[in-house]
Amino acid sequence: MEILTYPDQRLKQISEPVETIDKELLGFIHELEQMRQSGPGAVGIASPQVNMFKRVVIVDVSNMRKPVDNHGHMIMVNPEITEWDGMAMGREGCLSVPDFTGNVIRAEKIKLNYLDENGTQHEIESTGFEARAIQHEMDHLDGLLFLDRLVSRRSDLFKRKVYKK
Amino acid sequence: MKWSVLTLVGADQPGIVASVTDALFKQGCSLAQASMMRLGANFSIMLRVSHADETSLREVLGDICSDMSLHLHIDEDATNGNELEEPDVQVTVYGADRSGIVAQVTSVLAEAGLNIIDLETDVGGNANKPIYIMTMEGVASNGIEPLQEALQSLDDDIEVNLDEINTLRG
Repeated sequence: MEILTYPDQRLKQISEPVETIDKELLGFIHELEQMRQSGPGAVGIASPQVNMFKRVVIVDVSNMRKPVDNHGHMIMVNPEITEWDGMAMGREGCLSVPDFTGNVIRAEKIKLNYLDENGTQHEIESTGFEARAIQHEMDHLDGLLFLDRLVSRRSDLFKRKVYKK
Repeated sequence: MKWSVLTLVGADQPGIVASVTDALFKQGCSLAQASMMRLGANFSIMLRVSHADETSLREVLGDICSDMSLHLHIDEDATNGNELEEPDVQVTVYGADRSGIVAQVTSVLAEAGLNIIDLETDVGGNANKPIYIMTMEGVASNGIEPLQEALQSLDDDIEVNLDEINTLRG
């Protein structure tokens, strides 16, 4: 198993929903987690990053140097975001885009449902950094990289507008 | 392979970027980070370039510089292409324009350990009431707390925000 890196066009592929959580899939999830842990400080990983086009992501922001709100270690099968709220700018990098980071706008708060590795359905609300990580990883399932959502570093906080009376 | 940093400045006119980068491309140079902008009536280019050891960038750009009246300055880049530290803090400053804002803010931050990696300033508002806006990113070499403390000492007429850049790696 290896991490696909852009410009590998396979990263642009849309992943298929998982139909059954079987032994094979669990074995894959185990390997996917090991790949995440081998990445430098990676808080998440999505299956397309290792050339498997099934809707599975792993997110874990529970070990941040500066703690953030989190739901612990999450294995998400067929995740689906049902509500988005607010907007926030943040800096992102990606195992599949080495040596580059950029600003991306994400929803601040999301509601989503997913199956865990036992097939149990979860519905959670996630905010802030964890919500960002989930959105980043789920983008991979639709063939999107953070590069597709970059906004200028220079337009960080001051969005100059011209108001005319 | 060698890395250099080029600085080119001259009266703004159409075609500067195209001419400079085309000449570099044709001589097998490869461009990395660049910062290019109009500054008043001038256009400025700062550009990190990799090239063959024997390539003379002064020769490559000589004709263009004389045709377009550009000043060229070349520095060697000792990183040899290695990646440097990422910024971990961003600071934004704004207030009624007056002289000394940049000097005051950056002095206290430098003393508290900020190494600036990227800084941009602009003047906005209208001619009667100009406002000064500065955004910067840097590495907090002594951590973020000394920077926060240092900013307390600044005059009240400027707004300063300091935020940690918490880079997500996924």
